[in-house]
Amino acid sequence: MTVTDQRVEPTPVKELARRTLADREGALAWLFLLPSVVYIIALVAIPFGLAIAFAFSDVSAGDPSFDWAGMVNFARAFDDPVFWRSLGNTFVFTGVSMVFIVLLGKVLANILVADFRGKWVVRFLVLLPWTTPVALSSISWLWLLDSIYSPIDWVLRAVGLLGKGENMVWLGEPGLAMTSVIAVHVWRLVPLAAVILMAGLVAIPRDIDEAAKVDGAGYWRRMLEITIPLVAPVIAVSALFGAIFTFTDMAVVRVLTRGGPNDATQVLSSWAFYRGIDGGDVAGGAAVALFLFPLLLAVAVGILRVVRRIEVD
Amino acid sequence: MAVVEVRDLVKQFDGGKAHGKVHAVDGVNLTAADGEYLVLLGPSGCGKTTLLRTIAGLEEPSSGDVLIDDHVVTGLPPRARKIAMVFQSYALYPHKTVQANIVFPLRAAKMERAERDRKALWAAGLLGIEHLLARKPRQLSGGERQRVALARALVREPQVFLLDEPLSNLDAKLRASARDELKSFQDEVGTTTVYVTHDQIEAMGLGDRIAVLSKGRIRQVGPPAEIYDDPADTFVATFIGTPPMNLVPRDGHLVGFRPEHLLPVENVRSAERTLMPLAVDRIEYLSGDRHVYGTVTGIGEATRVVARLPSTVETPIAAGETHDFAVHPDRLRFFAADEEGLRTDPIRLGVG
Repeated sequence: MTVTDQRVEPTPVKELARRTLADREGALAWLFLLPSVVYIIALVAIPFGLAIAFAFSDVSAGDPSFDWAGMVNFARAFDDPVFWRSLGNTFVFTGVSMVFIVLLGKVLANILVADFRGKWVVRFLVLLPWTTPVALSSISWLWLLDSIYSPIDWVLRAVGLLGKGENMVWLGEPGLAMTSVIAVHVWRLVPLAAVILMAGLVAIPRDIDEAAKVDGAGYWRRMLEITIPLVAPVIAVSALFGAIFTFTDMAVVRVLTRGGPNDATQVLSSWAFYRGIDGGDVAGGAAVALFLFPLLLAVAVGILRVVRRIEVD
Repeated sequence: MAVVEVRDLVKQFDGGKAHGKVHAVDGVNLTAADGEYLVLLGPSGCGKTTLLRTIAGLEEPSSGDVLIDDHVVTGLPPRARKIAMVFQSYALYPHKTVQANIVFPLRAAKMERAERDRKALWAAGLLGIEHLLARKPRQLSGGERQRVALARALVREPQVFLLDEPLSNLDAKLRASARDELKSFQDEVGTTTVYVTHDQIEAMGLGDRIAVLSKGRIRQVGPPAEIYDDPADTFVATFIGTPPMNLVPRDGHLVGFRPEHLLPVENVRSAERTLMPLAVDRIEYLSGDRHVYGTVTGIGEATRVVARLPSTVETPIAAGETHDFAVHPDRLRFFAADEEGLRTDPIRLGVG
């Protein structure tokens, strides 16, 4: 080989030199983001802006013209005992359901990760409630909880816990109605929590559990000191998801009780719908609905912080 | 302190439809004496880790028994066996501080708090990690994690230590010093130790005895020198040693000799030295030794072999030449040329 001082002039490769759209990452990024940006603007940002605007107006179904009304709608909401009842119910339903969702979800997740014959059948059955549309499953529950023909009552009568001709009237008594609503929420969201928690359980290195076994720890010590602390961030995520879905849901209340008896199971979202859509008081409904916002914001911040903590570890 | 023994141990795994039953451990009998450092050595997939996990109680044997301190512990959960195990990944509890990691086995044993803390400090002191007690595992280096894992194993004063490749996550330099520390540490505490590794240097350096495993069976058990100098079969002969033992086929036998025993003829002082011409094709110069690659003829079929010449041998050798090499007769080993490759009686070689 001889060394020469001459440099070879680069000649562009004709065939391969063309940059196609697939090579231009900047343009691709915009292209791929566009659908979700349009979706968010059209279905989240605009309705949210409208809700805020309506809350300070006197728009109603009968008179859609926009007039500034200031704080009148909020003042009316505060004077309304049903609003306070709904606000309280929303928190009670969310809080109680969240506890049960996480507890039962954890138990179910343990079953899902266990290795046994026919586990795919169990996994399939567990996920069914989550995949069924809420409105449909709520109608099934409506029948299960029927005041006269409730199958639950048949069972109770057959076991002898309920006298002949007696009925629980699940949705007619304020206390029982609230219990029923919570039960349906829990039934609906436990599978979701279980799947989230299962992912967390599977992510724990097997070595760590085995090290704890060799170190002499029994089942409960391993569960409480090793497993649960390690899945704590995932438990938080499932709790927060449970909270969001219960907090914002109106389908269960709407189908089961329509907020009754006597507004005993009314929640913010169902009350806002009742006022704004059924009652035609769009402005009043919007003002009530706005109260969902601060808590959802807090939950969203909570989820993001937990997720960031997971990433740091 | 205790004797660890496994009897006729078999562990099968379901290998799926294609493989049927896989014998991870296939009828192993082995005893680690009180205070002994026993190393299980073998290539990956040879069943050494499964054997260790069965001793720990993390795997149920398909048949056979595990005995610790002359008690049959087969079927007992790990916590009843008074053993400590160091995992390859160290398996520290990531959410607990070093202190909490170390006292965890003591808390499981329901020890008093003051006693616990005293023991933790003792274990940490022995491994030189007192200054790390408040840290979390992720704030530690690999070597520090390994010490924490050892401290956690040590603190309970177990009957037996089980170590599963504890050095394989360290870089090469740290590994050498950690090996040294591990050995002096065991000398100090004197606990029976079963150590799993695929690294023959670790095995040679640490083990009082080495058990060489292949395909779930024990091929040879013995002190390092015996394993190296008197391999029981061709598997051990070629698995141990870098470069491995040369094997030259002859009449249904294999003639074996270590690379360092194949020397230029003038360096072998014996009347009965076995002469063999070596056609040299390549020479590597590695940490002071010359590794000479070439083909030998004369003692059997022409075979590619390696000779390792220490720096004290100054015979000039170049690639492309043919030199007379020889092996001292005491250094020759003979194996059957079948699949088992067991040792056989010496066969007569034409003395050149």
